[in-house]
Formats: sequence, C-alpha cells, structure tokens
Amino acid sequence: MSGIFNLQQLINGIQLGSVYALIAIGYTLVYGIIRLVNFAHGDFYMLGAYAAYFTINFLMAQRMGQNTLIVIALLASMSVGSLVAFLSNRIAYRKLRYKPRLSALITAIGVSMFLEYFSSAIPAIGPSYRPFPQFISIKDFNIGTVHFTNYQIINVSIAIVLMIILTYIIFYTRLGMAMRASAQDKDALRLMGIDLERIIDLTFIIGGALAGAAGLLAGLTYPRIMPYMGIVPGLKAFIAAVLGGIGNVVGAMLGAFILGIAEVLGYAINSIVGEGIAYAILIIVLIFLPQGLFGKKTGEKV
Amino acid sequence: MKVLTKNRLLFIYALILFVVIQILYSVGILNNYYMQIIDIALINIILATSLNIINGFTGQFSLGHGGFMAVGAYTAGVLTTLIWKVGQMQALPKFSLFIIAVLLGGVVAAIIGILLGIPSLRLRGDYLAIVTLAFQEIVRVGINAIDYVGGPRGLLGIPRLSTFAMIYFFTLISIFIMKNIVYSTVGRAMKSIREDEVASELVGVNTTKYKVMAFSIGAFFAGVAGALLVHVLQLAHPTMFGFTSPSIAGPLSILVMVYIGGAGSLSGSIIAAVVLTVLSELLRLGIDSLNGLHIFPFTIGPEWRMVVYAVLLIVVMLYRTEGIMGQREFKILVPEEEEKNATGSA
Repeated sequence: MSGIFNLQQLINGIQLGSVYALIAIGYTLVYGIIRLVNFAHGDFYMLGAYAAYFTINFLMAQRMGQNTLIVIALLASMSVGSLVAFLSNRIAYRKLRYKPRLSALITAIGVSMFLEYFSSAIPAIGPSYRPFPQFISIKDFNIGTVHFTNYQIINVSIAIVLMIILTYIIFYTRLGMAMRASAQDKDALRLMGIDLERIIDLTFIIGGALAGAAGLLAGLTYPRIMPYMGIVPGLKAFIAAVLGGIGNVVGAMLGAFILGIAEVLGYAINSIVGEGIAYAILIIVLIFLPQGLFGKKTGEKV
Repeated sequence: MKVLTKNRLLFIYALILFVVIQILYSVGILNNYYMQIIDIALINIILATSLNIINGFTGQFSLGHGGFMAVGAYTAGVLTTLIWKVGQMQALPKFSLFIIAVLLGGVVAAIIGILLGIPSLRLRGDYLAIVTLAFQEIVRVGINAIDYVGGPRGLLGIPRLSTFAMIYFFTLISIFIMKNIVYSTVGRAMKSIREDEVASELVGVNTTKYKVMAFSIGAFFAGVAGALLVHVLQLAHPTMFGFTSPSIAGPLSILVMVYIGGAGSLSGSIIAAVVLTVLSELLRLGIDSLNGLHIFPFTIGPEWRMVVYAVLLIVVMLYRTEGIMGQREFKILVPEEEEKNATGSA
C-alpha cells in the first residue's frame, strides 16, 4: 500500500498514541473520582521528561550500561511525576474538595502555570529547548517498505507493560476496587470504612507516575524537551480521554491510540491539518457523542 | 429630577481623571514609559471586564478569550496596515478610520463568538473550558497558516494609532456599556444562569439565547481590546494569543485578573487589571535591579513574574475563593434604582 495511508503511518501513530495513552489514563482516573480536569497533568509529564534527562546525563557520566540506565531513568521519571502529583493534590486541590468545582479547575490552571514557569525560571532547567541524550545506539528495522527503530519498540513496549500493570491494578486488586467504588458512590465508600482521601492520593500517585513515564518515552523519541512541552500533549491526552468516554480507563487507552493515529495521518496530509485535527475531533465528539465512544450515557441530576 | 445622576457623575469623574493624567503628562511627571503602562492597564480593564461577562456573570467557564482577542486584533491590524494603509495618511481621516477598524475588529470577534457559542454552549463546565481552549488553539493555528497576515512571523509594521485619549475613550465606553448590560434584563438572566441553569430554564429564561449573547458581548469587547493592544505594541503575533503566552495582556493574565478580582464583579476586574499590570512592571523592574546587583551567580529570568501570578492565583483560590471583591461593586457602578432594592448583601 502506498500513499498516505500505509503501515508506516500506523506504526508512528501507535507510538504517538502510546504517549498520549499514558497521560490520558491519569486524566481519566482523576476525573472519574473527583470530577476535576487536572490541567497540571501535562506538566507532570514535562517534569518526568526532565527527571529522565538529568538522571540519564548523570548516569552516562558514570558509564553505566544501557539496560540498567533505562530502568533507572524510568523509575526516576515515574517517581518525580508521582511525587509532584501527590504534592499538588495535597497542597492545592485537597482544600477545595467541597467548594464549587470551578475553583478547583482554576487552581489546576494555577498549578499548571506554577510548574511551567517555575521550572523555566530555575537556571538548571531554563526556558529554552534541551536536547534529550540519545544513549542507546539506534538500530533500524525494515520489514517490506515499513521502517522502524529500536526506540519505537522500546517506547511502545514500555507503554504496553505499564498499561497492563495498571489494568491489573484497577480490575484485580483491592485498591482498584476501592478506586472504582469511589467513582461510583463516595458516601457509600465512606460508610464502608474506606479512607477516601487515601484513595485520591493513590490515584494521583498512579496518574502522575504514568505521566512521568510518558515524559521519558516522549524524550526518547522526540529528543527535544522544554518547560512548556506538556501543555499541548496534556490537552490532546485529555481529548483522548474525552473521546474514549471520560472516567473509563480502557476507553482512554483506545481513544489515545485512535487520536495518535488520526493525528499522524493528518500530519501526513498537511502539517496544519495535523495540528488542528485533535481539536476538530474534540468538537465533533462533544457535539454528537458527548459521552464518548465507550462511555455510559448519564442524565443530569436536578 | 436629579441633575447629577450616577451615570453623569461617572462621566464627570472619568473626565477629571483624564484631565489629571493629561496635565501630569504635559508637566512631565508621567513620561512615555508610564503612559504605556497606563495604556496597557486600560486595555487590560476592557479585557478583564469582558471575560468577566462570560465567566463571572454568566458562569460559563471560557478559556477562549485569546481567540477573540486575536480575531479582533488581526482584523483591525490587517485593515489599518495592509488594506487602508492608515499610517501614511494625513491627520484627520486617520483616527476615524482607526475607530472604524477597531469596531469592525470587535464585530468580527462577536460573530465568531456567536458561531462558537451556538454549538459549544450545549456543554457545561469543564467541557466548555476545554472546547473554548481548543478554539483558541485553532485560531492560533489558523493565523499561523495564513501567509497574508504574516503567518508565524506575525503582522509587522502596525502604525501606533492607539493614543492614550483613544484608549481611555474606548475603556470608558466599554465599562459604561457593560455596566448597563449587567443591570439590565439581560444581566439578570445571565446571573440566573450562573446561579442555577436548570432552574432558570424552568422559570422561562431562554438559557441558550442569553449564553450566546454573553459570548458575543464578551467577544466583541475582547476584539476591541485586542485591536487597541496591537496598535499600542505595533506588532501582532500568533503566540501573543496562545494559551502559553506569558505576555501581560495574554489570555492567562486576563484569567488571573478575573478570578483574583472576583468573578461577577466589574469593580474587581478593574482593580485587579490595574494592580496586576502595575505589579507586573514592578516585578520586572525588581528582577532587573536584582540582576544588576550581581549577588546571584546566575541571572534571574523574567519567568518569575508568571510564577508570582500563579502563586497569587492559587493562594486567592485557596483562602478567598470569591476573589478580592467577591460579587460586590463600587457604588458608582450601581444604578440608583438597584441600590434602593439592594438589601445590603448584593
């Protein structure tokens, strides 16, 4: 198959989609439980990328092997992402839990602004682009006309492993059961003697860890990082979560892959079409299918 | 009949303030630098109050104000710079053409506001925020794509037509119109939508109509302010109107102004616009002088200004959720008949 719609685009789209999916899961988990669009989620991704950047640069100076290096970088970016997510929940969002929802949303914008501008104000990070270290030697694979690199394989496989672990946590552990229950009915949850705030903390930690991991993966394949890099992917991941039906974890993953593939195809047609396609999808979905592709229809309570 | 009605008093006070500033300028106490800050503060007043009509009075959380600003700014900028070439004209038609260009900028922005409002106002809360944010990005991407208006280079060579008198006039008229809208039937309908959309629909308020109206009014004044702004800065650039723009009249700053001032209070927006504009200049000067002392091993970046804004926004939201003014107003902005009805807690 030649032209625009070929297998090559599909592979690139899956790879972009895996980054979106990891961010979208965090959005959808947090939204499902406390109905907050966490605008700062894209910045957890950015901080994850910077954590990986500093870790890799430090470890490369120690001449460490590639495989241990990538594991340590992944752990570093995940822990930074989850730490910042946990702190932002504790400091900024927790007090607004029972205030109007809009004030939490505005606070989320404030947290997002703070993380972006604070990191660009610190001299160690700075407001300009930084090249992400390419510490693994690139290997090319060609199957027929399709071309891909070992970076893409690493990227997609890490994302898939993380998503499998997450799905296991959500559907087969007691924590996952508590998370699903708190999305259903918070009062009943409290009556069962479960600490809701602890569940919310853990949700933020899980979401932040996945966003941090997405930062590492994005740094590996699009090797240019900057403090404002989280805004657009964050927005697009949210669109993916909406597309899949917000609050639905599997829907968010599928929505992210659909969005990634659509965007890569759009870029293949025209760069402007590619940039605008996510927003167009958002508007169309919200107008014609507000519950998303895999969401449940909900009426409004009066 | 009272001779000094509140509306007349408002205009008299405004005239006095205008004369005072003009005298201070001609004496030399206010130099061009201060005048530029005053200009930007006035433009920020229009922007903050117009966003307050949408977000504060109607309760629709819109993040797309930069899109409306950009539409107005580019419409007026293209008219004065590329089509009419107003900058090269003689004194008289120059300013009349400029006023027409600014108003047309507002009108085009209002039309865009209606077009955006009709489909997206079926959504509520977070979804509306995201859609309007997406709209803002679409406008930015669109401007980037049009080479006629400069594309990613921006529109350069805009003549500096926004004089202090012009901006002052537009600001005063805008506040006056918005104040009258807020205390009219339309304004009451908007506030009822803010308090409870479903209930106001049940008592017969056509919510869609009033939401679209709020969007178009807000968009109109945003367009006017955007048009004035680019004729002060003599430059229009797509990144000025994007979500990440750290510029002092950028969408994020305006949002901060509305919520720090108090959503649902024109007075709050006015105070916050003036205070934050001045604060931003002070911070810039402070950063410059700290850098001049060379006590740190590195230079302090201008980004700290936005860090301060962000912290202010978070702190205000945590400890005073309703903003500085809440929903109260200056007495001068409240009509007499309204004041009689008021029970003290407006």
